[in-house]
Amino acid sequence: MPLLAVEHLSIGFGGLLAVGDVSFAAEEGEITAIIGPNGAGKTTVFNCLTGFYRPTVGRLALSRHGRMHYLERMDGFRIAREAGVARTFQNIRLFAGMTVLENLIVAQHNVLMRASLYSFGGLLGLPLYRNAEARAVAKARNWLDRIGLTARADDAAGSLPYGAQRRLEIARAMCTDPHLLCLDEPAAGLNPRETAELITLLLSIRDESGIGLLLIEHDMRLVMGISDRIVVLNYGRKIADGPPDAVRRDPDVIKAYLGAEA
Amino acid sequence: MAAARVRAALRDAAMAAAVAFVLAVPLVGFETVDFGRTGTGIATRFGWVWIGTGGVFVVRLALAVSGAARLHWAKVGPADSPARLGSPPKHARALAGLLLVVFAVALPFLPFASRYLVDLATTVLIYIMLGWGLNVVVGLAGLLDLGYVAFYAVGAYSFALFARWFGLSFWEALPVSGVLAAAFGVVLGFPVLRLRGDYLAIVTLGFGEMIRIILLNWSRVTGGPNGLLGIPKPSFFGLPLLPRARDGGVTFHQFFHIPFSPQQSIVFLYFVILFLALVTNAFTLRLRRLPIGRAWEALREDEIACRALGIDPTKVKLSAFAIGAMLGGFAGAFFATRLGFISPESFTFQESATILAIVVLGGMGSQMGVVLAAIVLVTLPEFGRAFAEYRMLLFGAAMVAIMVWRPRGLLAQRAPSIRLGPAEGR
Repeated sequence: MPLLAVEHLSIGFGGLLAVGDVSFAAEEGEITAIIGPNGAGKTTVFNCLTGFYRPTVGRLALSRHGRMHYLERMDGFRIAREAGVARTFQNIRLFAGMTVLENLIVAQHNVLMRASLYSFGGLLGLPLYRNAEARAVAKARNWLDRIGLTARADDAAGSLPYGAQRRLEIARAMCTDPHLLCLDEPAAGLNPRETAELITLLLSIRDESGIGLLLIEHDMRLVMGISDRIVVLNYGRKIADGPPDAVRRDPDVIKAYLGAEA
Repeated sequence: MAAARVRAALRDAAMAAAVAFVLAVPLVGFETVDFGRTGTGIATRFGWVWIGTGGVFVVRLALAVSGAARLHWAKVGPADSPARLGSPPKHARALAGLLLVVFAVALPFLPFASRYLVDLATTVLIYIMLGWGLNVVVGLAGLLDLGYVAFYAVGAYSFALFARWFGLSFWEALPVSGVLAAAFGVVLGFPVLRLRGDYLAIVTLGFGEMIRIILLNWSRVTGGPNGLLGIPKPSFFGLPLLPRARDGGVTFHQFFHIPFSPQQSIVFLYFVILFLALVTNAFTLRLRRLPIGRAWEALREDEIACRALGIDPTKVKLSAFAIGAMLGGFAGAFFATRLGFISPESFTFQESATILAIVVLGGMGSQMGVVLAAIVLVTLPEFGRAFAEYRMLLFGAAMVAIMVWRPRGLLAQRAPSIRLGPAEGR
């Protein structure tokens, strides 16, 4: 049973079929990349997975702790909370006016909300909540150390440089304790040094937490370097699926990227 | 170079003066005069037009000169050093707050505290409390609410009606008023869950008007335009502040063996609202540091990101509406008991606009900003009384000035709800 099984996913907007009959799987402890030319439907697949769009046809099954979650039937926030799917966005969506640390604490909202007994215990200052908050800060602190932003913990998230914002968004997603982390173009706009740091971060997440990573990316060196498996979409259809070496030699993929002659 | 700049400044000032002249001729230049029996006529006062136009010219020129001076100094030395840009340190903030509370407690006993001043301070405190309540909805959760006065009205009327029907005293009815207002907050919240920004503002505006019109027309219960009379005053731990008790009990002045004075009741009401406001402040400051408060702010920053983190936006929005409405309800109950009389006229859109102006002028989300803005917005028209008909002009000018020099509100600094702590461990 794979961590995520996408079966016959289709979604149309009016007359346009954005994604048609796409099936693939993502495993725990692996990085699965979705690539394809612009407009191939990659982000649409992500939006279905995270509940922002509802698929027209298809099943999105996520197995967690031996329990199945059918994502196509769930609200976005429940997908994140119950099925454990976290995501980042192509255009970064941090809480720009709040501090770096606050961004990471907000990500632990549901745990803290329960610990504060839905605010009543927190208002009374019960130790239950104080301890939970201390644990949340420790966890945030750990992630800040990993992404190298500890010194800027109390600065507004919007004041960080672009690359740091990308790393913070990944750390924020990880603070929700996900089973599947979906990254929408995490290397977009990064310089080579920042991209190298990102690769180290993604590999350490895969190896240490053992969760599944799903990645949309245009940077082919990054994709070929770290992916365990690559799914290629073109015009909303899957044209290839397999390990990087096989996908690199696939004639359909070469045709989609370089044109018919290549 | 310098001559060109002077010429530019002069031209700019002349333009401003010309605009002022065009505006002033119809607005200031003519005055309708009541001749009594013979009807009305028009008098001219062009002298004032010239004074106004000249004033604009001089002020505009002075602004240009001071602006040039500032530019000059910015080149010469560091005018905006980091120390000036940063927020005041935490203990300075706490000290300022403490001093303000001490002053507020001492106010009625100061030598210059007249009955009028204490009354005015009570009004300011009502608006501070309303501002803090609306701050939860607008400042923290970022939901633009133009009908906040509805919850104020619900609080006031529920206290008045519960006092009339069930004989509840102020302190007994206070929680009821809060709970009822919160319930109305949730009722308003449900239909507007999907709306944001302008659309939300329009629906909340409509909601505020609906409540007012219901109060106006449901005469059997609310007394219609006549309002409700004879709302009881709060008691001091069961001791009424009256010349003599209605049912032969002991009154406040008898219990403490002091002569009766009507001032006691006014000072007591002042302390009641001060107490309510301080509790409100402690409550909202605390909420802001809890997950619920951070979720409000996160929702204001980015609703989609909230959803992706597993936060239920419905619950967050409804809780913000409910808490904000509850605080408005408390203020409404106090308003009713203070005047002893309420009518729909007290709950017009004008009130909503004033409360919103307090929140926005104060700096969205800032508790201290609300205090400053409430003091400015409530006392300014009072001081302006000396200027009679120019009062609202003064008021408008002050608001424009605040928006020009502090476009993000008087206190726009946002204090983080949690810090990683001192730098030693970094």
